[in-house]
Amino acid sequence: METNHAGTGYLTTQAQVQSLATNKTIQKIRERIIEFAMFLCALSSIAVTLGIVGILLFESWNFFKHVSLLDFLTDTQWTVLFENPRYGILPLVTGTVVTSAVALFVALPLGTTIAIYLSEYANNRVREILKPILELLSAVPTVVFGYFALLFVTPLLQSILPDLPGFNMLSAGIVIGIMIIPYVSSLSEDAMKAVPVHIREGSYAMGATRFQTAVRVLFPSAFSGIASAYVLGFSRAVGETMVVAIAAGQQPNLTLNPMEGAATITAYIVQVSLGDLPHGSIAYQSIFAAGLTLMCMTLLFNIGGYLLRKRFREIY
Amino acid sequence: MNNVENKVARNRRFDGIFAIIGLLSTMVGMIVLTALILDLATAGASRLSPQFFTSFPSRFPAQAGILSAWVGTCFVMLVTALTAVPMGIAAGVYLEEYAPKNWLTALIEINIANLAGVPSIVYGLMALGLFVYQLKLGQSILSAGLTLALLILPIVIVATRESVRAVPGSMREAAYALGATKWQTTRDHVLPYSMGGILTGVIIALSRAIGETAPLITIGALTFIAFLPDSPLKAEFPFISFEWLWSPFTVLPIQMFNWVSRPQAEFHLNAAAAGLVLMVMTLAMNGIAIYFRYRFRKRIKW
Repeated sequence: METNHAGTGYLTTQAQVQSLATNKTIQKIRERIIEFAMFLCALSSIAVTLGIVGILLFESWNFFKHVSLLDFLTDTQWTVLFENPRYGILPLVTGTVVTSAVALFVALPLGTTIAIYLSEYANNRVREILKPILELLSAVPTVVFGYFALLFVTPLLQSILPDLPGFNMLSAGIVIGIMIIPYVSSLSEDAMKAVPVHIREGSYAMGATRFQTAVRVLFPSAFSGIASAYVLGFSRAVGETMVVAIAAGQQPNLTLNPMEGAATITAYIVQVSLGDLPHGSIAYQSIFAAGLTLMCMTLLFNIGGYLLRKRFREIY
Repeated sequence: MNNVENKVARNRRFDGIFAIIGLLSTMVGMIVLTALILDLATAGASRLSPQFFTSFPSRFPAQAGILSAWVGTCFVMLVTALTAVPMGIAAGVYLEEYAPKNWLTALIEINIANLAGVPSIVYGLMALGLFVYQLKLGQSILSAGLTLALLILPIVIVATRESVRAVPGSMREAAYALGATKWQTTRDHVLPYSMGGILTGVIIALSRAIGETAPLITIGALTFIAFLPDSPLKAEFPFISFEWLWSPFTVLPIQMFNWVSRPQAEFHLNAAAAGLVLMVMTLAMNGIAIYFRYRFRKRIKW
């Protein structure tokens, strides 16, 4: 648009050259402004991370002014809202670990089987139909899964295990496990698909069946990718909130038995947030300390996953 | 010899069995989804009436409705979409088209990948400390919308980058050859071609945000709201008002959570009905997204 009036023949007047030059400058400035605005948008993601880390550390710092770190890590009671508060994070950590363990116990075998099936067995048409349906699982709001765990899975389990209490970590864990299947299966499938064809063919040439190829050749070759799928699944399970807040109970409980009810770190945060706590109180600060613990757990697991991936990485 | 034949036969049989196991495992998702929807429908269908959508929550389960909840969800989503969509697309386009290859770009990329793995409740804690108390936005629709916007930002950015990357370089070169500037090329050629993929990502991101509960509870959404936010449209000049941004709010999933966590079974019926509404909304959005993806993939052939 800006250059139209320059094209009227070869004779260009001084004024036209001048206006062309100013247009160019304006355009250049505009380009720079737009680029800078877009850069700021990209940079905002770093601001979010800094915000998260900053707020968690800042409020936890205030919390640890009142509570010693040693008590926090070793005390076996978490009774922040009681008359004689005790600040031991352990019961919440065990609650989180047990529900996540149950979830992984469901999601890893199923997710891996599905990944092998979709990448090695299913033909294109079956895959095109099954995959979107599977991925819908991760689109269901978690609060709906919570309802499902409390009012469908728990009664179902109670008909097999009559002693199961109404709030228990088992049903919450199973439902979380089903929920995270798509995360585990689709990343694992991508990893297996990425293994070069000649490796597969080498295995088939030796007379291996598809199952033998998948388990003894593809799985080890793709292990670094599959490990990241597992780590992502774990992160999701640890951070899951609504299912445990609804179905696993709100009582901190130091136990490794999934048949009991127990609050998780996330369920505790929800419980406190529902009450109207004064800003700046210890209970208010305690949810940030709990959140920081949650972040540290995922971070540790991610580092572990990273080391595992580095150890088993195959380069073709 | 016989031994080998037996072994081959056994392996083949096992291979066949595994194919069935694999198919069944893949069906688990479908079975659970069906059970979930049937369970919600049998419990909640009786409560789904026009009155359910036009009533405020109440102590009496039969009179309680989701009016303030769905209105709140709409307002919060408006803020979320208006923030996350432009920012996410701009960030994605910048990273794909403009960003120089340096440590800062690498840092931003790693950071976005990591943000996608941060539990949603942690975003809620951040928003509680930062938006609600430091920036003094209060426990308002504005805080809630911004929180969800930050939560879905990585999804929008990743979707934008993927579809921008799929536009072939020859398109850009053709535009440059005609004298277009970088921004003109991006605006007139790259963005229109990648709109299908971006739209799909945006819809999926928003459907994720509609179902989010935990971060909004953390920033202090109320569970019992018997009034509506101030209307954004006014009869007198200047006809538009932003008072609603500062209003306390509740949203559909929080209303459902509130009903689920009550001991009375009558409230569980309300929860099922609210869950049914939520499911229909998210599944419809995902269906639209899948359809878009399918159509755009078919239509554009480079």
